[in-house]
Amino acid sequence: MFRYYLKLGTLSIRANPVLSALMVAAIAVGIGACMTIVTVRHVMSGNPIEHKDSQLYHVQVDNWNPDDPYDDPDGAPVQVTYLDAKALFDANRAFRQTTSFKTARVVQPDGEDARPFQEDSRATTADFFPMFDVPFQFGSGWDRSSDETQERVVVLSKELNEKLFGGEDSVGRALMLNDEPYRVSGVIDTWNPVPKYYDVNNNPFEDPAQLFLPFSLAVANSFDNNGNTSCWKPIPDGAGREGFLNSECIWIQMWVELQNASAKQDYMNFLDAYVEEQKLLGRFPRPLNNHLRTPSEWMEYNEVVDEDVDVLLGLAVLFLTVCLLNTIGLLLAKAMRRSKDTSLRRALGASKTELFKQHVIEAGMIGMAGGLLGVGMTWLGLRGIENIFVEYDFIQHLVRMDWSMVMLAVALAIASALGAALYPTWRTCNITPASHLRLQ
Amino acid sequence: MLNMKNVSKVYRTDTVETHALREFSLTVDEGEFVSVTGPSGSGKTTFLNIAGLLEDLTSGTYELDGRDISQLNDKERSRVRNEKIGFIFQSFNLIPELNIFDNVDVPLRYRGFDAAERKRRIEQSIEMVGLGSRMQHLPAQLSGGQQQRVAIARALAGEPRFLLADEPTGNLDSHMADSVLDLLAEINKAGTTIIMVTHELALADRARRNIFVRDGQVSDNAPEIHLATMAAG
Repeated sequence: MFRYYLKLGTLSIRANPVLSALMVAAIAVGIGACMTIVTVRHVMSGNPIEHKDSQLYHVQVDNWNPDDPYDDPDGAPVQVTYLDAKALFDANRAFRQTTSFKTARVVQPDGEDARPFQEDSRATTADFFPMFDVPFQFGSGWDRSSDETQERVVVLSKELNEKLFGGEDSVGRALMLNDEPYRVSGVIDTWNPVPKYYDVNNNPFEDPAQLFLPFSLAVANSFDNNGNTSCWKPIPDGAGREGFLNSECIWIQMWVELQNASAKQDYMNFLDAYVEEQKLLGRFPRPLNNHLRTPSEWMEYNEVVDEDVDVLLGLAVLFLTVCLLNTIGLLLAKAMRRSKDTSLRRALGASKTELFKQHVIEAGMIGMAGGLLGVGMTWLGLRGIENIFVEYDFIQHLVRMDWSMVMLAVALAIASALGAALYPTWRTCNITPASHLRLQ
Repeated sequence: MLNMKNVSKVYRTDTVETHALREFSLTVDEGEFVSVTGPSGSGKTTFLNIAGLLEDLTSGTYELDGRDISQLNDKERSRVRNEKIGFIFQSFNLIPELNIFDNVDVPLRYRGFDAAERKRRIEQSIEMVGLGSRMQHLPAQLSGGQQQRVAIARALAGEPRFLLADEPTGNLDSHMADSVLDLLAEINKAGTTIIMVTHELALADRARRNIFVRDGQVSDNAPEIHLATMAAG
């Protein structure tokens, strides 16, 4: 009977083209508006490293002001000081660990006509690449010995390698950065995690760095920190770079990889012991407030998805509801128009259940059409957002529609249509056949 | 075959109660051709709707083939309608967007026959009403008489034991009406029980038995003109 009902649905849609088109349009517009926001939220709330969510942890230790917490009511700082980053890193108590900060380098390409240009860079450690499953097109990241020796090695993004070396395997080639020669150790394949979970404090949706360099080298050579820096204690005048490094200013992101719950507990104990030890030295005046947060917990903690997006989502759902109410009205109108057909089918032996199936399948077809058109509407909505916020480079990362969103749009449209069809279908099925067949 | 005892049907609104049938009792035996006549509003169509399980009765008992219909749920009532009863309506009630073949197919779909069996029955019944060459036509492409023949083919395709006709010639000219009545007589001869509601006494004469309904009851006192017509028949 399913195929028969599909045929009846097609005939019914053809017989009422205007009503059917209005229903499809109402669903499509509602789905389009809703899915535009859902898609943006989906991208914003995604976890690109979900498969390692139980192994990666962002490190938080509370070195902040005893009289004024970093974040009310009792939030620990979201980055760490250089003192703590170095001490925790040197302790080497995790399976893998990385410290990093955002910086920038001036790239000086070969050739007399080539003009230097500045690129966003990330100073980090060797473990950064295997911890975050960074894919390589050529070569690899540097090894831990390069961290220790402050070797001038660099990992390039695919785009930058394309720009500098025409996309060729550039491993081992020399590259001048701020008048210093570097050796290319690897070229990253396409890698653009959104949100940029490893550094959500410096715009989680911006483009990833084009260059990756050893953290130790960057610190030793006083590379500027291009990310956020927060201090609660003033740095003494004239203390210079050394004073900044020894200060209570936070500016470094630290992550550790711990392979199981036991390892996590051990590392937590280590952090507590470390802070207790620092307290004896006069630091960490606040109560113990250390945290290890997984990437998903970390993004939630930092409210990567802005509250405004949730408000917009609520409005979009409300709009979809209005569209569905219109659809219900249209379905009722259609049901009334077809009451004679329904009565006749009842007279000829259709049970209420069979009629229910027939109308639900037809509603599903309308929902499917609305969903497919809704995907198009969503695409238009996303292009609209992209055009409105064209000045923000990162917007392109938020307006991508993947297959899961396409499937969700169609499924939501079908579910919406079925939901909208319930009341009209119920009324249709309860028509007294005789009352409509009597009409001559 | 059909046995109604003291059947009442009351239509209620907030302010009005209308008694369409009052203590209506009737027995129709297998193979009969019964006409039901009576003035407008007498309850003829209500009787036919209850007989065809298109409406519930308010009180009384209705047995079809010895089975108490009032005890059946919707699915069982639908099955009885589908398997035992064929309907013919005054306005034909064909589905305009379906061709003749598919219109006749409708009750067979709900019966659950396979495609080959449905095709056999559809073609047989359409041939029987003389429209074998019009199977792919839409109802709008046929005359009124032809449309009523399609409705009869649809009613017969399921091989019902019981045919209910509500003013089957009401929308036809006299020539076409005669032809449809000839067809019904043939069907009755073949063994199908027919109950036909009509307000035309001349047509009622074609039946073997006439029931006169007045004020929602079977009346023993048919009007004189009616009796005369019956006697002449």
